Amino acid sequence: MSESACQAIETVVQDSYGRLIAYLAARSGDVAGAEDALGDALVAALNRWPAEGVPDKPEAWLLHVARNRLIDATRRKQVREKSETFLRQIAEDAATVAKTHEHFPDERLKLLFVCGHPAIDPAARTPLMLQTVLGIDAARIASAFLVSPASMSQRLVRAKNKIRDAGIPFRVPESPELEERVSFVLDAIYAGYTTGWESLMETASTHHAIAAEAVALGRMLTQLMPREPEAHGLLALMLHCEARRAARYTPEGKFVPLDQQDMALWSESMIDEAERHLFSAARLQRMGRYQLEAAIQSVHAVRAKTGHIDWKEIALLYEGLVRIAPRIGSLVGRAVAIAQAGEPAAGFAALEKISADQTLSYQPYWATRGHLLRLLNRNDEAVEAFNRAASLTDDPALREHLLQLAAAGVG
Amino acid sequence: MKYALLVHQSQEHFDHRDDKAAVAAGRAYAEALQAAGVFVAGAGLDSPRNATTVTVRGGKRHVHDGPYAETKEFLAGFGIIDVPDLDAALEWAARHPAAGFATIEVRPLIGIGVADARTR
Repeated sequence: MSESACQAIETVVQDSYGRLIAYLAARSGDVAGAEDALGDALVAALNRWPAEGVPDKPEAWLLHVARNRLIDATRRKQVREKSETFLRQIAEDAATVAKTHEHFPDERLKLLFVCGHPAIDPAARTPLMLQTVLGIDAARIASAFLVSPASMSQRLVRAKNKIRDAGIPFRVPESPELEERVSFVLDAIYAGYTTGWESLMETASTHHAIAAEAVALGRMLTQLMPREPEAHGLLALMLHCEARRAARYTPEGKFVPLDQQDMALWSESMIDEAERHLFSAARLQRMGRYQLEAAIQSVHAVRAKTGHIDWKEIALLYEGLVRIAPRIGSLVGRAVAIAQAGEPAAGFAALEKISADQTLSYQPYWATRGHLLRLLNRNDEAVEAFNRAASLTDDPALREHLLQLAAAGVG
Repeated sequence: MKYALLVHQSQEHFDHRDDKAAVAAGRAYAEALQAAGVFVAGAGLDSPRNATTVTVRGGKRHVHDGPYAETKEFLAGFGIIDVPDLDAALEWAARHPAAGFATIEVRPLIGIGVADARTR
């Protein structure tokens, strides 16, 4: 097979897979059908392009073949009458795209909203995005989410069937619905990122790759919704965290807390990109959870320039974050910031106010409790808290770190 | 597409379904559905106490007193609407006068005569 044909197919898949799926699915309402049709079209390309040469407009060629496959599938299955209408539509659109050399419309935003639709099982939203918008295969998604490939496939099939059968529309929601629906899309992308973050110690693992894909989704969303401040906020947050990847563990695999990280290992270009998006978000003048979280990370990043961390500023940002969404992570973060800003007793009081059922198995709470108790010279209790924290993490490097903190206070 | 809106509610709320306000709200909702041209059918259901279940097994008909399942919440009524997509159906479900205390289950209808062109 000619190398250029293979190369061309690879390029089309890389650049246009999500766009092609989104385009076909937006018209048929059927994600699985769109995937099958495009899969067949790609096989046809593999068979024919090496001999016939790469077509002038590869996307239009694939679209044309995919459309034919959809028609075949419809005839075979004699699916519901509604199919006729959309197939006629696709036929017309495909002809226009091929003839006029226009680019076909970008429907990826609609696809993202379908994937993040409240009628879709929350556990399927992120995998659905990764598979349909980025073309990541189910096996890799499964390993990133620590489930078996079979159950991940099942989850994805169920979600796609529901999209088709329940008639989930391919549309960008309107106000007042829009804000909540955007938050579902943002949360699904962020869930993909944190799935990658928690085990990023194994740098060569699939987890690492999924975090990078989440960032790619975040970038895509800012391009598709340039006027949505939270999209910029989310991207800035992920980029700030991503920028520190190399500094989070020593070469020997030891965990390094954020305020002790070697700033020379931080990625300057990612921090710059994060700051640009935070700036774009600020100009849109609507505060939100992700912007505040990104702003907190931004204050940490400033240490690279000033050499110190402005904990008072961080405490203020957490105050805002807790007001928008009193999540356990934010409540703990606020307590840390208050303590670090010079008021350990007040910080500990804030920590004590968090309800016990929330903190029971939340590792960062116990690590923080250990730190603050030590600042208050209540060492025995601190040791206890660090040990409790160590028993709540599945990251061996972090466990080691916490056990050392506990041991430092013994004797 | 056609969707069924299935209203599940508790006995406590069911007992108040004939209150003046509830009846008025139900009528207004049905009128709104009709005015929007999405109403297909709908009805309230009598108490599960008046339910009878029928099964035919091995050619033999079994008839029992009582509902399909004894549950704290039960099906109290249904509506069938014809709307372009799930979002539109969810919109109408949210406007149902019982949505504030009951659970409205939204299920697409399937079968002959149900399918229609999507308005996209």
